[in-house]
Amino acid sequence: MIWELDMIILALVVIAALGAISIKDLLGAAILFGAYSFMMCLLWAIMGAVDVAFTEASVGAGVSTVFFVAAVFRTTRRSKD
Amino acid sequence: MGLTGLLLIYATDDFPRWGDPASPASTYLSTRYIEKTMEDTSVPNIVTAVLADYRGFDTMFETTVIFSAGVVCFFLLRIFKNKSDEEGLFRHRTTGITLRIRGVEKISYSMGEFDRIDKHWTPQDLIITTACRLLIPFIQLFALYVIAHGHHSPGGGFQGGVILGSSIILLAISHDLRTVLMRISEKEAGLLCAIGVFLYAGTGALCLLLGGNFLDYSVLSKILPLDPVSARSFGILIVEVGVGIAVMGSMVWIYGNVSSAGNYREGL
Repeated sequence: MIWELDMIILALVVIAALGAISIKDLLGAAILFGAYSFMMCLLWAIMGAVDVAFTEASVGAGVSTVFFVAAVFRTTRRSKD
Repeated sequence: MGLTGLLLIYATDDFPRWGDPASPASTYLSTRYIEKTMEDTSVPNIVTAVLADYRGFDTMFETTVIFSAGVVCFFLLRIFKNKSDEEGLFRHRTTGITLRIRGVEKISYSMGEFDRIDKHWTPQDLIITTACRLLIPFIQLFALYVIAHGHHSPGGGFQGGVILGSSIILLAISHDLRTVLMRISEKEAGLLCAIGVFLYAGTGALCLLLGGNFLDYSVLSKILPLDPVSARSFGILIVEVGVGIAVMGSMVWIYGNVSSAGNYREGL
């Protein structure tokens, strides 16, 4: 485990999470959530939980992003609040 | 909210250090799993053994959660309308003659030499179509490998099922929803979902019928030419296949309902 790499990924997780909840564009939020999931997947892999990382990559970063994008396409793109 | 977050971060200071062999989590049950898994189930990947064998109940109800997610999406989103008076345009591929037909909902999607060119029809990009056609078989092969090889490497039913489902979603995105519906209809997706859960719970019930505990696969050796240890390994494989089928079916089902807003006429 490389200490610097760990910190960079952890910082990116926090940035992606804050971006996903604060951005007005719903499509952007969906993509940021995918990025968040992928960074979490890297973190799991670093900590040695390969099975969890695999699940996070396929479910979190893969399919759920597609579902979010599909749902955003059926709504208005901007959030009202 | 910020204060709660700060308190939580402060509380993490009391956690045992990462990888600490003396932490409560790794002194209580983990040692037993690490020592006994190989002789109990002959599965090298301890995570798979814990998920599908020791904690089989958890995984069964996780599969049920996936199944209910599919069912809930279906009930919330699916719209049934009588569109028998709607018109559709069909173009013959070789001659270019266009036909206008009423009651298109009754016509099946496999139309042979005719292309449907109504308002939902969008031309497909040749590069994307070809690239995805080349890619999808390999993705599906990899998914089957992930399901079948879960005993020895990371992966298993959930991951493999999701990859299998997403390969079909890729087909739906690169072509259109109708192409997928020709191969896996809505009914079949829902049925696959239920079959997977049934396979899992049925294996458990079969163990019960053979005189063991629910999901105690070692009693499967009574009907299979295997010793109890290999029977446990084999039971894990059956269960993983069930999970894979259920997850694949529900992914396709949810995608169909969400992307077409419930009317199944046009995807993303």
